[in-house]
Amino acid sequence: MVMLHTVNKSPFERRTLDTALRHAVKGAGILLIEDGVYAAFDGTVVAEKVKAAMADHKIYVLGPDVAARGMSEQNVIDGVQVVDYGGFVDLVTEYDKVQSWL
Amino acid sequence: MAIEVNGKSLEVDEEGYLANLNDWEPEVANVMAKADGTELTDSHWEVINFLREYYEEYQIAPAVRVLTKAIGKKLGKDKGNSKYLYELFPYGPAKQACKYAGLPKPTGCV
Amino acid sequence: MSEPWEDEPEGPVRKFMYVNRRAPYGTIYALESLEVVLIAAAFEQDVSLVFMDDGVYQIKKGQNTDAIGVKNFSPTYRALEGYDVEKLYVERESLESRGMTTDDLVVPVQLVDKDQLAELMEEQEVILSF
Repeated sequence: MVMLHTVNKSPFERRTLDTALRHAVKGAGILLIEDGVYAAFDGTVVAEKVKAAMADHKIYVLGPDVAARGMSEQNVIDGVQVVDYGGFVDLVTEYDKVQSWL
Repeated sequence: MAIEVNGKSLEVDEEGYLANLNDWEPEVANVMAKADGTELTDSHWEVINFLREYYEEYQIAPAVRVLTKAIGKKLGKDKGNSKYLYELFPYGPAKQACKYAGLPKPTGCV
Repeated sequence: MSEPWEDEPEGPVRKFMYVNRRAPYGTIYALESLEVVLIAAAFEQDVSLVFMDDGVYQIKKGQNTDAIGVKNFSPTYRALEGYDVEKLYVERESLESRGMTTDDLVVPVQLVDKDQLAELMEEQEVILSF
């Protein structure tokens, strides 16, 4: 069974997303929350890395954290799924377990 | 701590500032002023209303120097000076007027 | 004796720079920096603010924190002008690597590249980094 990895650190400042991706098995989910949401947007220097990761992983981003930061859901990378708090709970039950990278 | 306004009990902190911004209504200012032995005039209300608009726009209560300058710009030079504002609000214009306006205590203010 | 409405005598004016490098809500740095700037503005120094690295996100337009239950303090950056804090610098490289332009920002800023920023930093007497 596969795991859901949550990442809450900015990809521009910390290596948390890289670490999570390096340790995620094929099929594992990646949920971007808090400052982790900055990885979810097109036109940035980390966008290509996230797009490449989508070959092996479903990637989600938490909508309320996107709105708080003034980022536009229209700019979210194609294929990255925006979820609300209810969706967050659904993911936690859908995946086998959760690893919260800090 | 709490104050009674129009039959409702509103929570305030130890210095008398409203705990919840949204509890404010004009009568709050009257009740607070009365407790300080002050009767609010139109001149007081100009400043109180100005502060509420300022907070709405910038999400902070202005420091006294900023308040003074902004009042001068909006209401005229004769009102945009510390002497005028201290006469209206002798406990400190930003501090006392902010309290009556239901705002938090200004950051680093008099 | 001085009355409370009389200004304090003026001391020497020094060049202060606040360097903001963190995103707004994930940590407390951005809000702490803003509060220090507002308090220190009372001392009427020559203040400049820099937004670089993730700090550029502090002044991103359109922030709406209703759903996360945290105060949105981005409107407060627009009050800085009234505090005579008018030198706002944004590092071009930081903004571009995040796919943003000055149109995305809540305040007018001066865009500087990393070399110009290095020079500005050298001109300061006090630098506070958040």
